[in-house]
Amino acid sequence: MADVPKPEELAQIDHRPPVFKPWMDSPPEFKEGIYCYGAKGKNLAAVGMPNARDWNPTDEDWKLPDNWENIVKEGMDERLDRFRSFKLFMDICVRCGACADKCHFFIGSGDPKNMPVLRAELIRSVYRRYHTLGGKIFGKLAGARDLTEQVLKEWWYYLYQCTECRRCSLFCPYGIDTAEITIIGRELTNLLGLNTDWIQAPVANCYRTGNHLGIQPHAYKDMIEFFVDEIEEVTGVRVNPSFNRKGAEILFITPSGDVFADPGTYTAMGYLMLFHYLESMGLDITWSTYASEGGNFGYFTSHEMAKRLNAKMYAEAKRLGVKWILGGECGHMWRVINQYMDTFNGPADFLEEPVSPITGTKFENAKSTKMVHITEFTADLIKHDKLKLDPSRNDNLVVTFHDSCNPARGMGLFEEPRYIIKNVCNNFYEMPPETIREQTFCCGSGAGLNAGENMELRMRGGLPRANAVKYVHEKYGVNMMACICAIDRAVFPTLMEYWVPDVDITGIHELVANALILEGEKERTTNLRGEPLPGMEEEEDV
Amino acid sequence: MGFIVSILFSFFAVIVVVAVPWIGVGALDLRFLFGIVVPYAAMAIFFIGVVIRVIDWARSPVPFRIPTTAGQEWSFPWIKHNRIDNPKSTWGVILRMFFEVVTFRSLFRNTRLEYRRVEGAPKVDYEWEKWLWLAALVFHYSFFIIFLRHFRFFMEPIPYFVQILDKIDGFLELGILPFINGLGVPTVYQTDLLLMLALTYLFVRRLYIHQVRYVSLPADYFPLFLILALGTTGILMRYFIRVDITAVKTLAVGLFKFHPKTPEGIGVIFYIHLFCISTLIAYFPFSKLMHFAGIFLSPTRNLSNNSRFKRHINPWNYPVKVHTYEEYEEEFRELMVEAGLPVEKQPETTADTEEEKE
Repeated sequence: MADVPKPEELAQIDHRPPVFKPWMDSPPEFKEGIYCYGAKGKNLAAVGMPNARDWNPTDEDWKLPDNWENIVKEGMDERLDRFRSFKLFMDICVRCGACADKCHFFIGSGDPKNMPVLRAELIRSVYRRYHTLGGKIFGKLAGARDLTEQVLKEWWYYLYQCTECRRCSLFCPYGIDTAEITIIGRELTNLLGLNTDWIQAPVANCYRTGNHLGIQPHAYKDMIEFFVDEIEEVTGVRVNPSFNRKGAEILFITPSGDVFADPGTYTAMGYLMLFHYLESMGLDITWSTYASEGGNFGYFTSHEMAKRLNAKMYAEAKRLGVKWILGGECGHMWRVINQYMDTFNGPADFLEEPVSPITGTKFENAKSTKMVHITEFTADLIKHDKLKLDPSRNDNLVVTFHDSCNPARGMGLFEEPRYIIKNVCNNFYEMPPETIREQTFCCGSGAGLNAGENMELRMRGGLPRANAVKYVHEKYGVNMMACICAIDRAVFPTLMEYWVPDVDITGIHELVANALILEGEKERTTNLRGEPLPGMEEEEDV
Repeated sequence: MGFIVSILFSFFAVIVVVAVPWIGVGALDLRFLFGIVVPYAAMAIFFIGVVIRVIDWARSPVPFRIPTTAGQEWSFPWIKHNRIDNPKSTWGVILRMFFEVVTFRSLFRNTRLEYRRVEGAPKVDYEWEKWLWLAALVFHYSFFIIFLRHFRFFMEPIPYFVQILDKIDGFLELGILPFINGLGVPTVYQTDLLLMLALTYLFVRRLYIHQVRYVSLPADYFPLFLILALGTTGILMRYFIRVDITAVKTLAVGLFKFHPKTPEGIGVIFYIHLFCISTLIAYFPFSKLMHFAGIFLSPTRNLSNNSRFKRHINPWNYPVKVHTYEEYEEEFRELMVEAGLPVEKQPETTADTEEEKE
């Protein structure tokens, strides 16, 4: 891990770009701590990506194919023909600058090429050179430039400094979406084998083992069974999950990050406890080791790779013969499910329209995709009074909620998680309105940027979010931030440690599980983390 | 491109636009060229160009539903759905587009970053900032009203709505200067002032705001200067250098009715004005000004968020190579069986052992 400057040093940010030096004349400077390592050849080859070889971003020679310019230009042509979004967004920007100070990376770094408008101009300038009359005739005067190796490197450096969070697209008067430009720009880099390894390795893993972390089936089961033991220790109740079980009514898919690392693991335990609670009420659900990944790092590579990895969800649902799919708490997973999955790999005509077996509620909004978000599922249970809850068990927590970018701006899932939190916790405070709901700030590590070597970038990108957390921490004593994204859960603890120590991170279903009163449970003295419950501190000491 | 070069380049480009008809009509008397050929050519370029651009955009499909959802999705009856910012139906989309186009709703959200350090610790705030929204709105509406007002030159008799508009636009009865009013100088249209004010603001902020200056291209300054020149010549003609309105109207009505005439006695200032607008509309299809049409096609705004309950087809969807369950089980079968996970096909070794048992 690169050395990250201290917060006081990092906070010295100048948001004023140079006055006289134009951006086109400022070549990119690869700063350690900002970029991720290049994709390894074996990980590129594992999924048949072109130009598979080891390479290093700071090397002069990126080992590009001889005809790389043509590959990029043709790739661009092809994508202009395939995506109206791309073509339109290349043409209609007026550079009003409304997006400029909306990007968390610009706010945290002051690097002008992190302004969404300029990130897009990096590509637009090349588009103009080859696709517009003005660009062909006037060149630089029309804001056009040739595609050179330096331009390609600049693209790479900044395309992998965007988390595709879409906050800029909210403020753009024409709805220009930098995420779309980044996604397509990254596709172009991937034609040359220029992924980061932090994205490519999970892609290769997921393709083969079914999840990003490369957990093999037996190990996956082992890990979940470890949670079963933990739950028994805390509650005295032994839950009994099933795997790859044919004939189950529902298939459950969640990001593998939650079975692997704290604090996501507690959320995974939360799922297990909820499912156990509902078993006697008619829930018939199975986990899968083949479709053991909700997330989709393919989406950070190309539309095609996203589709290839996403295919497992429907394939497994079909093989097991389930009726519908329940999806766990994950960010980009839900953008893919909401906006892409049915189109990628549908129609899911072998599934049925989802109905809650407990409440009978029809999830009409998931009629075609046949996949329900677990906060929708749980909110419906609580609304129908199906869960016995003791929110006072979470009384040691003062909670705020972070809207993850993708469920926020790529779906609109705002109320369900809040409804659940308010029913399982007594202390809930919102962060300032400019930083939540549709205006939410990214964790700074999404879209495959949650590596270790780019830690400085992550701390910078997470600054606006951390700043809002700090506000509620100081004002209301908030000590826990809930979220519905596995990447959030993986990266926020480090971010909080850096900017706002004393605030911890949780998934919604960890909170649910702590409040949930299980049939036959022993007197609970600790929460899932093994920390004493409020009022039980003394018993712990005994 | 440095901002000084960008500004100078755009400025001189507009000087050329002004100089060409000045010389062309003022010195060479090419009235037919500048009064008839150029406006028709410009209109042709505008209409054909815009249609070609829109068709070109429309030719590329929208493979995925990618609306930017800016409000609560439609889920349960007991959760309030935001119909406009997260539309589930065409009606919602129509409303969203209406507010976007008519009120610049997204731009209205704008805030301004206020970054400070308090005792070394960063403090990020988002301040009120509606000036860009206001200036954009004032600019577009003033331009639109001025355009409509011009129908009093194109049509005889003057349509009723134009007469009304004229009255409303002049209702403050402002004089150009207190002592000039009443000496034959007509009352000032509010929109004339507002247009120039908004344009000036848009130019000043482009220069003044560091980030915007850094990203600005000649293509951003040129239309501003051109419209400023257009407005200036218009204002000059109305308030200072009067031209023969009857003759202008003869020319304009002629153009409008496709019986073009170039009457004598119209001052060269009119031809400069006419050449500015001709340049502007001919420039449209080649420039960022196409945003006026592009907004209607923007997939993050004009799609409903219904992709979970309504299936959409990607016209170029193609089969991809996937790692099937069979391949997966083939690799991990023995480990799976050992771990007690169900498998489709029992491992051969296990089958053998079982046979032996029998």
